[in-house]
Parts: sequence; structure tokens; C-alpha cells
Amino acid sequence: MDYNTLLQVLDSTVRLATPLLLACLAGLFSERSGVIDIGLEGKMLIAAFFSAAIAAMTGSVWLGLGAGIVSAVLLSLVHGLASITFRGNQLISGVAINFLAAGLTVLIAQDWFGQGGRTPSLIGGGRWGNITLPFADTLSGVPVIGPLYAQLISGHSLLVYVGFLMVPLTWWVLFRTRFGLRLRAVGESPEAVDTAGVSVVGLRYAAVAICGLLCGIAGSYLATGLQAGFVKDMTAGRGYIALAALIFAKWRPWHALGACLLFGLLQAVALRYQNIDLGGITIPVQVMDALPYILTVVILAGFVGKAIPPRAGGEPYVKER
Amino acid sequence: MDRMPAWADAVLVPLISLLLAALLSALVILGIGENPIEALKLMVEGALLRSAGWGYTLYYATNFIFTGLAVSVAFHAKLFNIGGEGQAMIGGLGVALVCLYLPWPHWSLALVAASVAAALFGAVWAFIPAYLQAKRGSHIVITTIMFNFIAAALLNYLLVNVMKPEGQQDPATAIFPAATHLPTFQDMFATEAMPLFRGSPGNVTFFLAIAACLVVWALIWRTRLGYEIRALGHSESAARYAGISPVRTIVIAMLISGALAGLMGVNTAMGEAERLVMNATEGAGFIGIAVALMGRNHPIGVFLAAILFGFLYQGGAELALWTNIPRELIVVIQALVILFTGALDNMVRMPLERVFAARRRAARKTPAE
Repeated sequence: MDYNTLLQVLDSTVRLATPLLLACLAGLFSERSGVIDIGLEGKMLIAAFFSAAIAAMTGSVWLGLGAGIVSAVLLSLVHGLASITFRGNQLISGVAINFLAAGLTVLIAQDWFGQGGRTPSLIGGGRWGNITLPFADTLSGVPVIGPLYAQLISGHSLLVYVGFLMVPLTWWVLFRTRFGLRLRAVGESPEAVDTAGVSVVGLRYAAVAICGLLCGIAGSYLATGLQAGFVKDMTAGRGYIALAALIFAKWRPWHALGACLLFGLLQAVALRYQNIDLGGITIPVQVMDALPYILTVVILAGFVGKAIPPRAGGEPYVKER
Repeated sequence: MDRMPAWADAVLVPLISLLLAALLSALVILGIGENPIEALKLMVEGALLRSAGWGYTLYYATNFIFTGLAVSVAFHAKLFNIGGEGQAMIGGLGVALVCLYLPWPHWSLALVAASVAAALFGAVWAFIPAYLQAKRGSHIVITTIMFNFIAAALLNYLLVNVMKPEGQQDPATAIFPAATHLPTFQDMFATEAMPLFRGSPGNVTFFLAIAACLVVWALIWRTRLGYEIRALGHSESAARYAGISPVRTIVIAMLISGALAGLMGVNTAMGEAERLVMNATEGAGFIGIAVALMGRNHPIGVFLAAILFGFLYQGGAELALWTNIPRELIVVIQALVILFTGALDNMVRMPLERVFAARRRAARKTPAE
């Protein structure tokens, strides 16, 4: 494999890792506050649809992003209502949200556009353009570093940079602010937070809303950045891969970046090569598809470092009387 | 205790949840500019007023009975088996191996062997998540989700690279030999004068599903193992104190759950397609969750809920055929049922409990005065 091919694979790794990363950080906020969220998939999907639909109607990718975020936040508030206010089963609520999004997107798409559950292809201002970072063109002649800068680091859409900047931001919010400390505390021991006079319900709703916001950006990127329009079930299990990455990263932001890049790389390789020939042994493409899940199971099994989730995860908080 | 009478818990709460889900579904249909009453009429006509419609309804219901029972057996042990989809896929693989590579003189023998294989394969697929949950505390919901994807990748590999006959395009096995074809309702009940169930896929596996309901009922409420499963589900510490091994019970409950989900493969692979295709499960593993929640984890409830979802599936297909409403409407209804009967259960239950508590207080006061 020559340098150029490597750069292309890494470039597509970055693109494919972005929605995983945003969704993974979304799950990080929610689960750190003690609300387990297997509905990342659904929230990404509904955001993908509404951002593509509004972008197609108005021709503005920004309005599309706004619509995607609003729809994902609304869906996450349904999850909050079920799992925080009514103390229902968070896993079941997540399953319901995934189905709700899968059904509603196609239903509304068919009603609005009549194209069998997809939106029209986005053109011009309806899609995120690629940003060329300063000096990318001038530097591209420099050997090794030039193409690296021009192809890999420069030339992505805005949301890719947003996604990567979210990692330090998430770290800072969670580990350097009062809000972050309280958020982590409410996921470990809500009764302590409650005793300190801080609202458990308020904190958890805030975390769930942030989760919706980030899923909204992730879905929006899928439909208006990575691809040009919405197609049925376009998230294709990415929400679950993000969930896997979250466990793989043991609920830590910087590790989440690593996990998402790894899983993004697997996707990029699977996309580029159908079967990989390793000196006589052929690895079928399905192994690449299954690898994120297999790795996560191995991590969960605790054979390679134990993944310990936030202690109050999945437990609705009942105030003592 | 401000509890409700048992009948309210078993019938009233699910009924109100169902009504709420139906109401919202009607609003959704209105929202996309169609008439919900007309839609319901079409669904009833297509699914219940013709015998072929019943053939489809019961075919789908057969799948949902198996997956619903699978989810509910796990629920009794307080385990959420979300991996019915993967277990059913692998169960179908067992069916295909038995039908393709062993010679069968008669379908009845093939059915017995295929059922055993389907249950075995499904159980094996549930074993690793079960073991990891029991021994290492890995969350079973996450591991079973992961195993769904791993199953899909495995099946994809086997169908595309190994089991697909030479020269065939679509990823599927060869057609099973004729001797393994199961009798459909048409074969069983149609006569010259009464051409019933024409062309519909409902088949003898439906009776296997009914038998599974009876077996699960007996297992859960009439055996020592069932008692242990329920005890574990109510309180692990109490179960442990009573000498019940949580590890053993968790693994066994999940093996039974996986076996039930695997049995669905008999219906789809052997009963309908007569070969193993990709995506044969069509999300039935997940519908099992809705069915188990609505059926309150009781085989009778599961049976009724499965028939309801069978009706919704067949009715939804009719809607997609005759109107502008896509099949995904059923996915929305399914989501609303899961949401209201599962996650938002307390939203219905809390006010009802208050009503019953108020009535009881009033009833207690009256005779005293």
C-alpha cells in the first residue's frame, strides 16, 4: 500500500469516525449521568432525516442542522420523560425510541417527498462544503507532510472539526467544571447529590438534552455532510457502534476518540477492500463488520481490563421520604 | 399498600396503554393525510375477513409467539434478552443445515430434527452472553445487541461465501428438498369446495408455537426450575439465600430463551421460504419485546399479543399495497406499544393506583358510618 492510498483510507476513517464520535460523546453525557441510552441510533436517524428534509426544502444546511438538533432533542426528552420522570425501564425506552425514529422518518419522508422514504438529493447550499485550511494548497508540494496536511487534516466539512473539538470540550466540561462534577456524581451516587441540595432530575434532564444535541449534530452530518440526502435506515447500526465505542472507551472522552477512530478505520477498510489477503489467509469483509462488536464483547467480558459503567446507570432515582 | 386488584394490573393497564398507542397511531395517520378509520377497515379486511389474510396473520403471529416467549422467559429472571433477532437467525441456520445435509423420508421427522437443531443453535448463540452476564457481570443487553450484529455478519458470510449454490445471485441457500416442505394451512384445511388459506404462508409450525406456549406456562409456574427463575427475577439476594445458584439459573433461563427464539427459524426457513435467506427474521426478534411487554410475560398474553401484531403486520402490508401509507406505520405502532406498555408503564399505572386507592378508602368509610 503506497502513501497516497494510506492517506485516502485515513481520510475516509476521519469522515466515518465523525458520526460515531459525536454519538459516542452524546452517550457519554447521558450515561455518565446515570441514564443508559441505547436510543442513540434512533436520535441520529431522526436528526438525519429532518436535517436533510429541511435542507432540501430551504436550501440551507444551517436550517437543516437546526431542525436535526431540535428533532433529536425532542426524542431525547421523550427518553427523559420515560426514564427520569416516570422512572420506567431505560433500556425499553431506548428500544422504543429506535423504532419510533425508524418508522416515523420513512412515514414522513413518504408523505413529504413521495420518493419511497427518502429525501431528494441535496445540492449546493443544502450540503456542507469542505473547508480548505490555510496554506493547504501551498504546502501540498512539500513531501510527506504536505499531502498529509492537505488531504487528511484539511478538506473536511465543518462538522468534522466540530466533532473532534467536542472531545476536549467534553473532557473539560466533565472534569473541570462544577456542572461536570455534579453530572458525574449523579451517575455514581444520586442520593449524595440530592443530599447536597442539587436537583437529580434537573441534572439528568440536562445530560439527556446534551445527548440529544450531539446526536442531532451526528445525524445531521450523516445526511448533509457524509452523504447528500436521507435514505431509509441510513444510520445502519452506527448508534450501536457508538455505544460499543463508549463501552470500549470505558466512558472516557479521550478514549472515546481512540475507539471511534479504530471503529472508523474498520469501516473505512471494509468499504475500500472487499476481502483482505494476508499472505494466503483471506479475511472476509464480514469480519471487519463484526469486529467492533466482537472487540466490545471481549472488553465487556473483562478479559482485557474491566469496563465498569457508572454505578447508578439504569437506576431511576427515588427520593427517600 | 396502595395496590390495584389483579385484574386491573393484568387487563386494565395494558388495555389503556394500548389505547394510548392506538390513539397516537391514529394521529400519525391523520398527520400524513390519511383517514385512520378507513385504514383500520382496510387492515381488518385484508388480515381478518379473508382466510388467506388469516394465513398471513397466523404466520407472522407464529414468529412473534416464539420471540415473545423468548423475551418473557428471560424477563422472568429479570434479564432483558434483546438478542432474539440474532438467536432466530442462527436458529434458522440450524434448520437449514438439518434440511439440506440430511436425508429425510417425511416432513414430520424433518420437523422434529429441525426444531431440535433450531432450539440448539439459538441456545448456543444465547450461551455466551448468558455466561458473561452470570460469571463476569457483563451487561446482557449490550452483549446480546452485539451478538445480533455478529450473527448478521456470520450469516452474511456463510450465505455469500459458503452456502450459496453455484451460479445463484441472491445470498440464500439452495431450496430445501421437497420431503422437508411443511404442510401449510392450505394443504391441511383447503378442500375442492372450500379453497381456504390460498397461497398464504401459515403452516404447521403455528401448532408448534401453541405447544411452546403450554410448555413455557408449565415450566414457569409448575416446575422447580421455573420457581427458581421467578425467584431470581424477584430478588437475587433472596434467591441466593434460598440456595438457588444465580449463575446456573441465569444461564439456563437464557438458554431456554435463546432456544425459543431459535425455534422461530423453523417457521421462516422451513415453513415459508423453504430455504435460508438473509433477513429472514425481519425484526421479529424485536417485536418479541413488544409482545412480551404487552402480554405481561404470560403465555396467554404473549399468544394474544402475537396475534395482534400478526394482524398489524398483515394489515400493514395491505395498507402499503392499497394506500399511500408505507409499511413503516407498523414500526411506529410497535414503537408506541413498547413505549407505553414498557417504558411509560408508570404514567398509566400511577394515576390508576391513585383511583383505586381512593375508591378503597371510600368503600372502607361507608360501612363504618
